[in-house]
Parts: sequence; structure tokens; C-alpha cells
Amino acid sequence: MEIIRNFPCLSILLAMFSAIISSALKGAGARRLNTFVVTAVGVLSACTLYFTHVTGKSYVYVMGHFPAPLGNEIRFGTLEAGMALFFCVIMLFSLNGGREKIRLEIDPGKENLYYIMVDLLLSSLLALVYTNDLFTAYVFVEINTIAACGLIMIMESGRAIEAATRYMIMSLLGSGLFLIGLCMLYDMTGHLLMSNVQESVRQIAAEGSYMIPLLVTIALMVVGLAIKSALFPFHAWLPDAYGYSTVSSAAMLSSLVSKGYIFLLIKIIYRVIGFDIFVQSRIINVLFVFGLAGMIMGSTSAIRENDIRRMISYSSVAQIGYIYMGFGLGTTAGMVASVFHILAHAATKSLLFVSGVGLTDVADDNKQFIELTGAAYRNVCAGLAFTVGALSMVGIPLFSGFISKLLFSQAAVQSNLKMLPALIVLAISTVLNTIYFMKTVIRIYTPIKSGYPSVFAKDHPLYALTLLCFVALNIVLGMCSQPIADWITQGLSVFA
Amino acid sequence: MEIGTHLLANYAEVVAVALFGIGFTNLLLQKNMIKKIIGLNIMDTAVYLFLAEKGYIEGHIAPIVMNGNVSPDTYINPVPSGLVLTGIVVSVSVTALMLSLTIRLYRRYHTLDLDEITMRLKKEGL
Repeated sequence: MEIIRNFPCLSILLAMFSAIISSALKGAGARRLNTFVVTAVGVLSACTLYFTHVTGKSYVYVMGHFPAPLGNEIRFGTLEAGMALFFCVIMLFSLNGGREKIRLEIDPGKENLYYIMVDLLLSSLLALVYTNDLFTAYVFVEINTIAACGLIMIMESGRAIEAATRYMIMSLLGSGLFLIGLCMLYDMTGHLLMSNVQESVRQIAAEGSYMIPLLVTIALMVVGLAIKSALFPFHAWLPDAYGYSTVSSAAMLSSLVSKGYIFLLIKIIYRVIGFDIFVQSRIINVLFVFGLAGMIMGSTSAIRENDIRRMISYSSVAQIGYIYMGFGLGTTAGMVASVFHILAHAATKSLLFVSGVGLTDVADDNKQFIELTGAAYRNVCAGLAFTVGALSMVGIPLFSGFISKLLFSQAAVQSNLKMLPALIVLAISTVLNTIYFMKTVIRIYTPIKSGYPSVFAKDHPLYALTLLCFVALNIVLGMCSQPIADWITQGLSVFA
Repeated sequence: MEIGTHLLANYAEVVAVALFGIGFTNLLLQKNMIKKIIGLNIMDTAVYLFLAEKGYIEGHIAPIVMNGNVSPDTYINPVPSGLVLTGIVVSVSVTALMLSLTIRLYRRYHTLDLDEITMRLKKEGL
């Protein structure tokens, strides 16, 4: 059993070395290696999850030969291991769902480059999830950004390159703010390891000295990560980046990359600043307001959109607003709801992207709504999967989206001042979600005679299987919500 | 008055933060890609100035052990210097990526103005 303590470090190294080896392989080899590595890392994470769940503790793994205050560390508990497992599962499904598109849309000579980027993305996500060192986190944030930029620009159309440039500019602004914030924090505390920083921050807060610099530091780090994860006023880059990249990239960007940053933010809130000090700062009210604004504005933009991919992308803005609204509530229940929504949104949004591409395929790659009329009859399995995703996002019971809305409302009720705005905006946002998702579902199920050919599941077994797995994952999240919420609560309690 | 003396005592940090602001606004607001990248580099360099200033101790020497002297009163704090080195590596790689994106855009559209490129893409309706 003790050997499992090495698994988190091993999985990061495995992903990183597979990226290096892929650079010498041809497309098919890199693809097989990538599938193997994602599966292997998933198995390793599952073992780690089992181990930490049985012992109920979190573990510190020392990297290199220097002990605590100076050296570098990995720290893992149930929440981290579970997140790593979940990220692997979503990554595997997204890649399998978009496999045919990758083959069609990417220049055959460059297919291995795509898988290098995916491997790097996996390793940086794992490092963000597991690391206990702030500066290491910054370095892997940048690696994550570079890998994500590569995933967008691999299409090599003018639109994709422009989207990648805009994505890069916004991301670099975000990481610049994060970097100066963490340098100021290092200046105040003299530490880089999260646990040591927290001791010093508590001392500073207790003495009451340096309160303004502390507030500025928290603001800089939070805003930096909020820009990178596309919180409402900073979301301008998102629709292009998700809309014009290949479908696997869009699914991974929306459900993994932005969620990696949000998970890092949760770590910073709990482990670096301390949850109570974070709640006392007025930053959470700012997050709350922008979260609410994002929930409304993202949905209204999605309603106005006439392109299915961009509509799904704008819906991400609204869902990220939900997550930040949960942070803004400032209670543990709000945090649990946010973490659950990270899972629910990741599972649903990648399902929507992958099934959406099935629908546009039977409309000759047209993404306009008018061309999609009746597409669900021409590709039955993508139509059903899209409907499941849409129902889940709207918040119909049985699917994961319902549970996260339920948890958000329960958390909102516990809060005195924020109950009313949170519940009202939740209701409005649900109505808006219903408008644009049901509009799409009705459109794809409107029978019409059209010249486009039909596609059958037996011709694309991998695609159909992936959609089935996504739907199953959604229903599992929706039906077994109590154990998952318990796991999140327990994970957050050993987090600090 | 008190703020004035604080600012004067920590003038290097003030310069660093001002430079950070200059770089940040350049990266955000400039239309020209090359100017944006220059802004990015100013922003990153400002952070290194901040770190270097924080690690420096008046009168101490570079942290290379000489003549077996390991007394902490001799050397400056080596950790910020290490962070600066790591930061430079990161900054070089993102600058290279940005430059390569700029080259791609320039070859295709023969302009460095990002807004003009966006306008042209909208007109093409692609």
C-alpha cells in the first residue's frame, strides 16, 4: 500500500515523458501512447483515490532532497486524487469523441504535435492539482497555457490563429497578475510552500499589520486566475477559442483547462490564504457580483448567438459564473456546490461539444441553426446525446446539472444577505438556459426533408460508444450525488 | 507624509510596480502585436526587478560559497534569484510562442494590427 504514495509524482512524470517521447513518434504511435498514458494515469489516480479514501488523510511527498521550508512538495488527499481521475476520464472521452475530426482536420504530419500538446496539458493539470508549492504552480499554469494555445492553433485556419493569439494575450495578462501577486505574498511571508505561507498569513492577519498588502495580494491572485478561467467581464476570448478549434480541443479547453485554474484557486483559498481570512476579505463579494453577472450575461449572449458551437461556448461563461457565485457565498456548502458544479459542468459541456459536432456533420459542417433543422433524425445518437446534455444544463432531475443547481440553492438559503440575489439570479439563469437549449433541441427535432445524408451509429462505433459513456457519466453524477457530495465535503475538510 | 517616506525607502519596488503597470496596459491596449509583446516583456521584467530587489541585502555578496564561509551574514538570499531564473525561462518561451503566432498572422494578412485582422476575418465571414 505504501507504494501508492509515489503514484501522484509518477503520473506527472509519466505524462511529461510521454510528451517528450511523442515528439520522436509518428502520428499513430503518438496517439496510441497518449491513450495508454491517459488510461494509465487514470488507473494510478484511482489507486491513489482508493488509498486516500481508506486512510482518510492527506499525504505530503517530498520532491528532491530538501525538507519542508526550502524544498518542493507534492500533497494529495481524496479531493486531489478524485479530480485527477475525473480529468483523465473526461480527457479520454473527449479525445475519443473527436478522434475522427482530429484525423480529418489536422495535417497528418502534425498529428503527433497535437498529442504532444495533450500530454503536456495532462501533466500540467496533474501538477496544478497535486503541487504544494506556489511557484511550481505558476510554472505549470504557464505550461498549461502554452499547451492550450497549441490545441487551439493546430487547425491552422486564420480564425483559429487569431483566436489563439487573443487567448494567449488574455492568459498572459492573467498569469502576469498571478505572478506579481505571488511575488508579493512571498515578500510578505518569506515562504513558497502553501502550508508555510498559510502559517505566516495567519500571523499577519492576527497581528493586523500589512492588511492592505494582504488584500491587494489576494485580489491580484484571484483576478489573475479569474481572467484565465474566463469569469464574466474577461470572457471575450472564449467563444472564438472554443468555436474555431477542433472539437476535442474545445471540449478539453472548456472542461479541463479552465477547471484546472479554478481548482488551483480553490487550493489557494483553502491552503494558502485560509478559508476564514478569504471570507473576511471583501473580495468574495466582488466574486459573487461578477459570478451573478456572468450567469445572466453569458446566457443572454448565448441566446443571441446563431452558431451552435459559439452558443455552447457562451453557455460556458454562464456556468463559470455559477462556480464563482458559489465561491462568493463564502460558506462551505457554497464551496461544495462549486466543486460539484466543476464536475457536472465538465461532464456536460464536453458531451455537448462532442454531440454538437455529430449534428453539424450531418448538415455539411454548417454550424448555423437553420441548417441544423431535423439533424437529430439524421444522426440519432448525437441528437439523443445532445438532448441529454441540454436537459442536464437546464437542470432536469436525473442529470448532473440538477444536483448542482440544488446544491447552489441550498447553499444560498444558508446565507442571510446573499440568499435573495442568488436565488433570483439562479431562477432567471435557469429560464435563460431553457430558452436557448430547448430552442436548439426543438430545432434539431423538427422533421424536415433535406438533401443531407444520414449517419448511423454502427458506422462510427467509437463515437457512439463515447457518447454513451458521457451520458452514463452524467446520469451517475446525477443519481449518486450524495456519495459524491460527501466525498467533496470530506476532501475539503482535509484540504486545509 | 508617512506614505512619502515609505515610497522613498522602497523606491525600487515602486519602480517595479509602475513598470508592471506600463507593461500590463501595453499588453492589453496596444493594437500592434510587436508592441504588445514588448509590453509583455516589460511586465515580466518588472516582476524580476521586484524579486531581485527583495532578495538583495545591502553589503552582502552573491550566494556562491567561498573559502568555506557558510555564514548567512555574508550572502544575499538565493531563492529570489532562482525564481528570477525560472521566470526568465517561462517568459522566453511564451515570448517565442507569441512571436511565432505574430509571424503566422503577418504572413497571412500582411499587417500587425490585431483589430484590423479581426475586422478582415469578420468581413470574410469565415
